[in-house]
Amino acid sequence: MTSAVSFKKVSRHFGSVRAVDAVDLDIAPGEFFAMLGPSGSGKTTCLRLIAGFEQPTAGSISIFGERAEGVPPYRRNVNTVFQDYALFPHLNVLDNVAYGLMVKGVGKTERLKAAEEALSLVRLPGYGTRRPGQLSGGQRQRVALARALVNQPKVLLLDEPLGALDLKLRENMQEELKSLQKVLGITFVFVTHDQGEALSMADRVAVFNDGKIMQVGTPEDIYQRPNTRFVADFVGSSNVLPPDFVQRYSGQHRWGSLRPESIRVSGATSGDGVAARLVGTNYLGATTRLALDADGLRLHAVVPAGTALPAEGEAVMLTFNRDSLHLMDEPA
Amino acid sequence: MTIDAAIPRAPAPAILPGSGGMRGALSDLFWRRPKFLLALMLLPPVLWLGIVYIGSLFALLAQSFFSIDEFSGLINREFTLKTYGDLFQAANLDIILRTVTMAALVTLASAIIAFPIAYYAARYARGRWKALFYLGVMLPLWSSYLVKIYAWKLILAKEGILTWLLANLNLLWLLDGWLSLPIVGGNSLSVSFTGTFIVFVYVWLPFMILPVQAALERVPGNLVEASSDLGASPGQTFRNVLFPLALPGIVAGSIFTFSLTLGDYIIPQIIGTSRLFIGQAVYSQQGTAGNIPLAAAFTVVPIVIMGFYLWGAKRMGAFDAL
Repeated sequence: MTSAVSFKKVSRHFGSVRAVDAVDLDIAPGEFFAMLGPSGSGKTTCLRLIAGFEQPTAGSISIFGERAEGVPPYRRNVNTVFQDYALFPHLNVLDNVAYGLMVKGVGKTERLKAAEEALSLVRLPGYGTRRPGQLSGGQRQRVALARALVNQPKVLLLDEPLGALDLKLRENMQEELKSLQKVLGITFVFVTHDQGEALSMADRVAVFNDGKIMQVGTPEDIYQRPNTRFVADFVGSSNVLPPDFVQRYSGQHRWGSLRPESIRVSGATSGDGVAARLVGTNYLGATTRLALDADGLRLHAVVPAGTALPAEGEAVMLTFNRDSLHLMDEPA
Repeated sequence: MTIDAAIPRAPAPAILPGSGGMRGALSDLFWRRPKFLLALMLLPPVLWLGIVYIGSLFALLAQSFFSIDEFSGLINREFTLKTYGDLFQAANLDIILRTVTMAALVTLASAIIAFPIAYYAARYARGRWKALFYLGVMLPLWSSYLVKIYAWKLILAKEGILTWLLANLNLLWLLDGWLSLPIVGGNSLSVSFTGTFIVFVYVWLPFMILPVQAALERVPGNLVEASSDLGASPGQTFRNVLFPLALPGIVAGSIFTFSLTLGDYIIPQIIGTSRLFIGQAVYSQQGTAGNIPLAAAFTVVPIVIMGFYLWGAKRMGAFDAL
């Protein structure tokens, strides 16, 4: 099957900065694909390479089997939802949405009808006559989405589209984007630095660091079986355990990762387990996050709210299932 | 506890005492009544604009409704529209038409030349190159207007450097061909409307470049990307995004180039033909001819034209993106 987007050894260097460095990547048609990473990790540059705003310094990019290097953005059937939406301030909402059809020469009545439909798709019917400046952040976001979708792109690129929205709105939009993608069947490529967003929305996630992909996999893969210390730490702030510590429990001298929620904390001072001291507690509503100090090793545990907790500074005993200790590929 | 160690704290009251004296009292007063401060700051410029500037403008306008006694040369201070009627005499209408055409052409040429320069400065120039851009645009404004015009007279003269250059490039036939054309031609560039046009464009160009650059500077780069992303070719992006968003700047610049050309009386006097422009007509009517009412009526023409121009620009949506 042809990939929707395929990177072969793609690099984009800016002088001595390797924004994207020899990246191989295959995104399947109809997939909801997330690019996750800290800022400056190259995920946005990858998106811009697909859109055509950047050209690779080496390697080849194909979109649905067609070579894309040297093809300008306006000849790619790919549309972008920009981070700050990039709505045209001098056009009203309807003309913004109809812009792509207008430059393709679609007649006025036809394109305005299509734009109106796209607006109802994003649940903004009747907002056509307003100016972008009169809309709230969430509404602008929907207009940007409608403006991209009305062109029926082969691939929809979303650059941190929910970054500027407040929590409640962001959660709503996450659900909406996901169901929209299911209905339309368009390949979505989504850039974010928010691991929760990537895990909850994407079919597959690529974790970026320093211009390279550290790991690609399903959210569960990435979360449960990180292959490097970076991924373990970046996705869900796992406890990264040093090889000496891991050897005691698994017999192998390798880096390990242990999810905070797999650690059980008890007030017992003797018995099996890791002796530690409770350093701090963070109340998070549904859960409580504990900071622990196990003989100089800083660990975090997450326990359900309502669990009886020892006081800060007290000695505790930590236990966990051996299978929840994940051994990473990264050499010790 | 670490902060206390770093900053030893004496027991302090929650409300600090006033600093006392005139200055303290004034600061408190201005804080309590911010509008008072605003009024104080605006008073001098408002007086200046209101009385000295607008006032004298109205005095001038009032004179345009007087008339001159043709025999005695005295001014008859009774309300009449006769002077305005004089504007529509063929000779005067000619002057108005010539000036407006020149101003329109100068504005158009300035806009066309200014846009790429402004675009480069707003989009690409950074740091040192940006400084060089500002210097390059402003530098001509630092030298005397008259010196520049006389320099151009020498450049454009028959024995000037331009003729010499074209002769050496074997392109003199081009210049001769242009100069033999009616209206725009003449004995040499320095005594033709073409010369007047070139110097007008040169002198007013910075007034077009700067506002256009400022307008383009405000256009976020990702709008150009968004347009291209949605399938617009560079030409379509220019027509549908860049130009509409730069329009307020172009209009602002054209207000300068258009009105400055409408009113100028020095450039056409030094470079060009003996046929008059509005500025020259005003100058000679109020000076040698002593016909202040007609001079005043002439000055009303650019004001009315600019009024219509701005009204038209607004209707075209030139200020929508502001």
